[in-house]
Parts: sequence; C-alpha cells; structure tokens
Amino acid sequence: MTSEDLLFSLSWVQPELLLAGFVLLGTLVGALFGARSTRLLNVVATAALFAAGVMALMHRPEAPQDIFAGAMSIDAFGAFAKAVIAFAAAATLLLGAEHFHRLQDQQFEFPLITVTAVLGMFVMVSANDLIALYVGVELQSLAAYVLAAWRRDDARSSEAGLKYFVLGALSSGLLLFGCSYVYGFSGSVQFDTIAAAAVEPGVGLMFGLVMVLAGLAFKMGAAPFHMWTPDVYEGAPTPVAALFAAAPKVAAVVLMARMLYEPFAGMEHEWRQVIAVLAGASMLVGAFAGLVQTNLKRLMAYSSIANMGFVLMALAAGSPEGAQAALIYIAVYLPATIGVFAVMMALRHQGQAIETIGDLAGIGQRHVGFAALLTILFFSLAGIPPLAGFWGKFEAFRASLGAGLVPLAVVGAIAAVVAAGYYLRVLATVWFSPSAPSDVRPSSGVSAVLAVVGAALCFPLLLVFMAGLEHAADAAVRASF
Amino acid sequence: MLAGMAFYTLAAVAVVAALGVVSSRNPVHSVLFLILTFFTAAGLFVLIGAEFLAMLLVVVYVGAVAVLFLFVVMMLDVDFVELRQGFLNYLPLGALIALVLLGQIGLVASAVLQNQAVQLNPDATAQLAATNAEAVGSVLYTRYVLVFQLSGLVLFVAMIGAIVLTLRSRVGVKKQSVSRQVGRRRQDAVGLKDVRPGQGLG
Repeated sequence: MTSEDLLFSLSWVQPELLLAGFVLLGTLVGALFGARSTRLLNVVATAALFAAGVMALMHRPEAPQDIFAGAMSIDAFGAFAKAVIAFAAAATLLLGAEHFHRLQDQQFEFPLITVTAVLGMFVMVSANDLIALYVGVELQSLAAYVLAAWRRDDARSSEAGLKYFVLGALSSGLLLFGCSYVYGFSGSVQFDTIAAAAVEPGVGLMFGLVMVLAGLAFKMGAAPFHMWTPDVYEGAPTPVAALFAAAPKVAAVVLMARMLYEPFAGMEHEWRQVIAVLAGASMLVGAFAGLVQTNLKRLMAYSSIANMGFVLMALAAGSPEGAQAALIYIAVYLPATIGVFAVMMALRHQGQAIETIGDLAGIGQRHVGFAALLTILFFSLAGIPPLAGFWGKFEAFRASLGAGLVPLAVVGAIAAVVAAGYYLRVLATVWFSPSAPSDVRPSSGVSAVLAVVGAALCFPLLLVFMAGLEHAADAAVRASF
Repeated sequence: MLAGMAFYTLAAVAVVAALGVVSSRNPVHSVLFLILTFFTAAGLFVLIGAEFLAMLLVVVYVGAVAVLFLFVVMMLDVDFVELRQGFLNYLPLGALIALVLLGQIGLVASAVLQNQAVQLNPDATAQLAATNAEAVGSVLYTRYVLVFQLSGLVLFVAMIGAIVLTLRSRVGVKKQSVSRQVGRRRQDAVGLKDVRPGQGLG
C-alpha cells in the first residue's frame, strides 16, 4: 500500500478518525482534570457523535469504495447505518449523562467508552474482510462489557457485566472458529474472494457459515442465542440498557446483512433456512417469554429479541428488498425503544429510574403527558397502523412474502399479535390500574425531551419522512448490492 | 523421517499435557501442564516453518499469560475443589460439544485428504520466501495498518475498562502531595526552643 493509497483510505474514514481522536484526546483531558471534566466530555462526545453521523451521511460515495487494501468498504448502505448508529448513541449518551449526574456518580470515562463502542460499530458496519469484522465486533463488545458492569458496587450490574463477558467471549470464539473454516475453505479473508468460492460451496464452507452466523446472532441477541439479553438489560444501568437496545443492534443487523448478501450471496439457499429458523425462534421467544415479565427492562429485552426476529425475517428474503426492509425496520424501531427508556428515566421512583410495570400504575391519572407518550411509543412498537412501527413491520412482511416465505410470515404474524398483547398490558396498567399512592415523580430534563422526540419520530411525519426514509434506504441498498 | 518423529513426539506430549491441564487436582500443576502444552505447540509451529509464531507463543503465552495464571492461582484464595463440584453434572453436555467438535475436525481432515481445502494463497507463500518476521513486518504497517491500529484501540479500551471497574479512591490513605510538600514553609515545621541546661523541655 503506497502513501497515496493510505491518504485515499484515510479520506474515507473521517468519521472514524474523528471518534478515535476524541477518545484519545478525551482520555488526556480526563486524566488531567478528573471528574470535573465529565460534563465537558459528555457535551463534546455528543457533538462528536452527531458530527460523525452527519459526516458519514454527507461524505458517502456513489459506488462502494474499497479502502485499506480491501479491509473496509465504504458505501451508501454503511453511511446510512452509521448515521443511525451515531444519532442513537448520542441520544443514549445524553440519557446516561443525566442519569449519572443525578446519582452523583460522575466518571469521565463513560463518554469515552461509549464513543469507543460506537467506533467499533462503525468498523463492523464497513467491514469488508473477516479480520476487520472481528476487530470491530471485539472493540464494540469489550466496551459494552465495561458499560454493563458500570455500577460496580451494585451486585446485579457486576453480574450483568460478568455474564455478558463470559457469554460474549464464547460467542467470539464461535465467530472466530467459523471465520477460520471460511478462510480455510475459501482461501481468503476478503469478502469478494469468499463470494467467488461460495458459488460452489463445500461442506466446510457451510460449517464455517453456520458458525459465523451463530456468533453474529449472539451479538444481535437473536434466539436461541438470546439468553444473555434479559439479564444484562436488567442488571446494567438503565441508560446503558438503552444503548444496548439501540445502536449495537443496528451494527449487528447491518453486519449480518453484509455477510449474507456479499460473501455468502452464492449460498443463499443454504443460509436462508438458518436465518428463517433464527427469525422464527426469536419472534416466538420474544413474544411469549415477554408475556410473563414484570420488570420493564426485561420486557424491553424480550421486545428487542422479537424485533430482531422481524429484522431477520426481512433478511431471510435474500433480495435487495429484504435488506431495505431490515434497514427501515431497525430505523423505526430505534426511536420507540429509546423513547421508552427515556420515559423510564424521566419518571423517577425514590430518586431512581422506575423499573417494574407496577410502578406505572395510575400514571394515566396523575401524569397524563407521560402516559400519552408511553401509549404512542408502545403502539409504535406493537405496530399499530398510523405509527411508524407499523410501516417497519409492513416492509418486513412484504419482503418475506415477496420471497415466498409464507410459513415464516405466518409465525411472524402470530408473534406480532402476542407481542402486542404485552405492550397493551403495560398500557392497561398505565391507564386503568387504580392509582397506588406511590411516589413516582416525573422530572423535566433531557430524558423528558428525548421521550417527546422519540414519540414524535414514531409518527411518520405526514408520511413525508417515511417516504424520505424509504427513498434513502432504497438508494443505499441499490448502490451497495 | 526426523521431522515425522519430531512431530509425533511433540503431538503426543501436547495431547498428554493438555489432558494433564484438565485432570490434575492441584491447580499449580494444571498451569505447569499448560506451559508444557504451549511449549510443544511452539515446537509444532517450528516444524511447519512458522518460527515467528513459535517465538510469539513462547514470549506471550508462556512468558506472560501462563505466569499471570500462576500468580492468580497462587495468590487468590479460590476454592478449586468447590469449582469442580458441578463437573459430573455438566459432563453429558460437555461430551456432546466435544463430539461435535471432533466431528468437525474429522470433516476438515477428510476435506484436506480429498483436496477440497484450498492451498495457501500465492502472495502469502511468496512472502514466506523471506523469514517469517520479515514477512509479517512488511505488511503489518502497510496492508494491515487499519486492523493493527484498531487492535491498539481494543487494548486501550481493555486498559481503561480495567481501571474504571477496579480503581477506588479510598479515604484515610496517606498519599504524597507534592504541592503541599514543596509549599511547606520553615515556620510550619521548625520551632526554636531555648532549652536550659539540666531542665529539659518539661
């Protein structure tokens, strides 16, 4: 690689360079000024994330650009995903800043670790060979393990961190094991060479593919590799759980789409069964196990499992429409999820973010505004028509039916109805439960603002936004595959 | 012939030592067996012409990781007998996973025998004409500069994370404060007493 190549490559990774530069300089600032610099770093980190998202979106190439000798590939699909990741992470970072400020637990490393996780996600999104893929996944996961255990004096948080770490290491092992098979039977770690070998796949490449998919499904939190999700969401601090439910999901979905549609495009017949099983299992587990939850964070965990199932159902279509539907689904799922977490943090119970569904009893009589916000957010998650969540599900079903996956769509429909049941159960508690004399106090602040923004984004703003989103996703997919 | 003998000797020792790691009762013996496994694996690497990897294995795994394990085993009070309690419960599941892995290894072996697996890609073998260390050095900062730098960031996160999760500012600990030390004046520390002979300070 000559110096021109290097400069050309660096010109395409400006968002990543910005984030890496922030992390390194921020560490220096934090080391010099300690906890006093937390507020400054939170603000700068949020600004850096926004800037990185905008830069990725603005500076996207017409045709995919292979950089760093093919280790990364910058394209419109990735740029779109990076913008979504960066904005979601910025929102959850704001939630976290407010949360830890209230708890008087200011640690300047929080924005730094969050931004590092986002950097890992950016690499995952643009990865074009197995080594970059693995390093991106590992950078993101390592930061996530630390964030999960952030409240180290809290036994549940430590447990969440440890559980996530051990199971995450296992899944990384699976992923690497699969990668070594793929390398051995295709002769390269580069996606385009693997794609050439996957046209006539041997049994070794199949094994490698299954192992890689299992590793990625774990990172996505798709059944049957979902068991860490509820415990980690429950134990991790609430804003960290919001982060886990948002940005990493986008990165994992985009990475999964890239793996399926680029290197393994020739093995569509083989992977479709695997993805269909993962999708069906995730939708059913997410829907039925969510029914018995009393903790809101666990409920959101099962909700995320079910939603990953719908995304996988879209991907199982194997057509560009499938990738487009997955991208739209994940983009409309994020505001609703972050909004629910923001409401949980805006309603405070004895100074803590509320956790159980019981805490919401009677909110509808006393804090009508928050009750209305929750209604919009949960209706969107359930996929009730005028709201954005419906269009996400609509696209997913259209993609899978278009590919003739009727049984999977039927399973998806059942799961959607069951899952709507538990969202409505929460809303029944909110509006119709007798108002218990609890001391849930709403707070105005960043979390309340973000809840309103999340709910507003659930309205397909006069369908114009939806059309724009569909157009953007369509163009992104068309330019990339 | 000699290479064959060396291979079988090293491979046999590696397998026996690996069994020793999981079966010995004393955790210190386990770690020592682990070191032996690493050494024999390094020998196997030398046999296939990957002397740089062999060197790394010895330096990193034997020199750092295994010694760290040894420290943990000897310094922390971990009840290993208790840790082994669940061993029989998990045996069926473990055996199943081991069987699956064995099946996969068999799969690879049969594929290699039938020449299904691809040969090493040609530019990698061309670079092997130089020594291993040269071949790695020529691509580390050029072709793989991205992943090299990202690996640095991974280590950076590991370091920051370890500090965040373990460093506590304890109260009641006496620490050196350079500014207080330097800013201390003569009057704060030294008093001049006029002591009369034979009376002391009283």
